Amino acid sequence: MTVSVNPTQTGEPVFYLADEHPHPEGWSTSLGFWIYLMSDCLIFAILFATFGVLGGNYAAGPAPKDLFDLNLVAVNTSMLLLSSITYGFAMLTMQQNKIGQTQMWLAITGLFGAAFIGIELTEFAHMIHEGATPQRSAFLSAFFTLVGTHGLHVSCGLIWLVTLMMQVQKFGLIEANRRRLMCLSMFWHFLDVVWIGVFTFVYLLGVLR
Amino acid sequence: MNTDTHAAHADHHHGDGHAHSTFSGYMLGFVLSVVLTAIPFWLVMSGALPSKQITALVIMAFAVVQIVVHMIYFLHMNTTSENGWSMMALIFTIVMVVIALSGSLWVMSHLNSNMMPVHQMRGMN
Repeated sequence: MTVSVNPTQTGEPVFYLADEHPHPEGWSTSLGFWIYLMSDCLIFAILFATFGVLGGNYAAGPAPKDLFDLNLVAVNTSMLLLSSITYGFAMLTMQQNKIGQTQMWLAITGLFGAAFIGIELTEFAHMIHEGATPQRSAFLSAFFTLVGTHGLHVSCGLIWLVTLMMQVQKFGLIEANRRRLMCLSMFWHFLDVVWIGVFTFVYLLGVLR
Repeated sequence: MNTDTHAAHADHHHGDGHAHSTFSGYMLGFVLSVVLTAIPFWLVMSGALPSKQITALVIMAFAVVQIVVHMIYFLHMNTTSENGWSMMALIFTIVMVVIALSGSLWVMSHLNSNMMPVHQMRGMN
């Protein structure tokens, strides 16, 4: 970096970085958000590792075979998968500047996401009702931590989604809102990627064990 | 130099936005991920394969393929976005994830199998 000395009108030298140039607003947002997602990925990696280590310690309690209903998990997975494609449609209509359709697809995405959370909470409530609480065994502690953290992420995504729909309603598809919708798109698809790991390693491999 | 880098940035910013998101791209990704989800569920629920080990390996392979499909068609990952920095961050993360997962499982399973069973410990008194 070069530092130039410019004499001002009073004759005092002013030191500043001559090649510090302005960037358009948000030019680095997508890379920054991607790096956040990668750090989130590490959180999930640790939780998966914990589940991998503790997943077989049932403490004479219920095993995955007794607890998991794969039909329900399949329905839940399809909810998240459908919400991913509808978010994709929201991004496509956003590119065509169609506010009404973008809002409609965002709302449908939110409904699928809410259905996912609803089914997951029903499953948790059912398990806890049967005595399979997080305190019951190391397997259940690891299960509730991993799946619960994912569910918490989806819930935060839903709050974010509603917030952005309000923003779009109020300010339209301005540059800032497009950028925010793109970040949420990455977040939403990332959660779907994490769910692939959850249904494979927790549910399917758990039932196989 | 100053204006050059700025123009490059502006260009770059404009170029990487969502040039890759098309209707056909999303639909292809969706159809692939439906197939890649349905087959592992079917394999486990029907028990079509004779051995549990083979089933486990196959569904893990399907998960890896589906993650790659999601990365390409939904997250629009490629080697050129953000001048390759997002790919670098991804590769770094994958390395960390592999170390954390394989290391934890390896070390903990060894600890587990080297634990002295309770009845042997009693005999030592």
